[in-house]
Amino acid sequence: MAFDNLFSEIVFWFLAAASVGSAALVVRLRSIFRAALMLVVSFLAVAGLFTMANAEFLAVVQVLVYGGGIAVLVIFAVMMTRDVDQGNQATAVQPVALALGAALLGALVYSVAQAEWALLPESLPAPLAAVFVETPARLGRLLLSDYALAFEAAGVLLLAAVIGALSLVREREAPEGDDA
Amino acid sequence: MGETLADNVIYRNVYAFVEGALGPDWAWAAYAAGGLAIILLVANGVMAIGTGYTWFERRLLGRFQGRLGPNRAGPFGLFQPIADAIKLISKEDIIALGADKVVFTLAPVVMLAPTILVLAVIPFGSGSWLADLNVAALYIAAVSGIATIAVMMAGYASPNSFSLFGSMRAVAMLVSYEVPLVMALLGVTILAQSMSLVDIVEAQALPFLIVTPLGALVFLAAVSAELNRAPFDVTEAESELVAGYMTEYSGMKYGVFMLAEFTNTVVAGAIFAALFLQGWKWAVLPSHLWFLIKVGGFVFVAVWVRATLPRFRLDQILSAAWKYLFPLSLLNAMLLAAEVIIWPERGAAELGIMAAVNWAVSVPAALLWSRAVSLRSAPPTLAALSPRAFSGAAGRARQAPGGEAAPDSAARSAGTEGG
Repeated sequence: MAFDNLFSEIVFWFLAAASVGSAALVVRLRSIFRAALMLVVSFLAVAGLFTMANAEFLAVVQVLVYGGGIAVLVIFAVMMTRDVDQGNQATAVQPVALALGAALLGALVYSVAQAEWALLPESLPAPLAAVFVETPARLGRLLLSDYALAFEAAGVLLLAAVIGALSLVREREAPEGDDA
Repeated sequence: MGETLADNVIYRNVYAFVEGALGPDWAWAAYAAGGLAIILLVANGVMAIGTGYTWFERRLLGRFQGRLGPNRAGPFGLFQPIADAIKLISKEDIIALGADKVVFTLAPVVMLAPTILVLAVIPFGSGSWLADLNVAALYIAAVSGIATIAVMMAGYASPNSFSLFGSMRAVAMLVSYEVPLVMALLGVTILAQSMSLVDIVEAQALPFLIVTPLGALVFLAAVSAELNRAPFDVTEAESELVAGYMTEYSGMKYGVFMLAEFTNTVVAGAIFAALFLQGWKWAVLPSHLWFLIKVGGFVFVAVWVRATLPRFRLDQILSAAWKYLFPLSLLNAMLLAAEVIIWPERGAAELGIMAAVNWAVSVPAALLWSRAVSLRSAPPTLAALSPRAFSGAAGRARQAPGGEAAPDSAARSAGTEGG
């Protein structure tokens, strides 16, 4: 990072607290709508963390896809839920979910702590530094050359999902069938 | 790349002052203070321009409609924005019974945030920008998407069916128009071979408005929809929805919504100027002034369109996005991609040839496609619009009938739009 270490540390802890805190609130808040909004805060804080790791492209895509698209989708789903007034209700699955979540968290923390991180040197050699400057261009080139098949497959998958969603909705429409 | 933050006069002075006062251990505080000083200056400056722009829009609308517009406060009514601001600040701040208070209060703030965030990547003049992000074009699309959430917050938190319907309309429209908007941005990105707005301005040996007319048209239409401006202002259609998602807002909360809307128009003008009008580039006058003149040109066209076209119906707006603008933007992107391969080096001459090709293709394409896609389909049936589709939230909203807020809102819209 270009600026002072203490400053970036302050920003990091702020973002980390925001992402974890808002994620905890997603689970704890009684109003589902507010919970969905806290989820957006969590997404945005994670985008901030990406920015701190010099991954601007990832951060922007995080805001675009999760902060914009997915969040709107979640809120729409919440607004169309029938008993939204009753809020976040307790269910019988809660203890199971708690146990599974704790196990997953433990596994993640363990693997992060155990992994041998290949840290980059403080001052990067010129060719490596260039990679950070033009990440979008390099990502684009990789997606359309080495990973073209996976890229196209993802596109076809999403198209199938869109058509599937449309056909599900269309079923209940009036028989006259106007082309909306 | 021009200068960096460290070269900025304001930044250097604030940095030196804070570091001198607190000592070298506090360099991080000096860094933060210097950055904040510039952010404060730019954000407030642009919002002041946005406020002043309300006067411009209302005077111009007055001309278009054969009346005077605001002309009492100060010379030519120039102090009208100040009078409006004082009025809004001194009005009672009402939070309707049954509203979700926290979300209701936060919605205007969230609405204003993307407006200020977008400013970070806009090059205002030669060598004067806050951040030269290498993903700037995508950043603009991503950040402006947050406004959608603000609209949903306002609509959901207000105990009023009009607010809810307004926000539902807004979200349907914003999500639809994000697609052609991003496709238009893609065209410009292909042409400039970069997503950085600074590089895009540098790449314009000819204005991209001339080189890619189709992209500019799609961008203009999509951005008008994103701004909720006429003819796309169904979300606050006063003849149908009182004021849409803003119905329950009064006083300065309403003022912040309005501030965001007008500032957004100016910021959209700045983005359009950078993407299609060569940004700050031209001769003789200082670059910042040129930029401001180009923004003024965009804003003039925006008011002109508002004064000329009647409001579309929501289903027409959505059809226009998906059936008309989206295919045209795809055609535009493919055309530009092919041309970039044919002419790898693009000076003024090559861009001129590309412009000729693009005009020859786009004008017939736009005209023929508009014939093929008729927007005169029958209006949607009542069943499709039934509030049962939104049972959960609409049920909540029904507890407090929407009629109550109507007189106040009517007075409000008369106050700000009648002029």
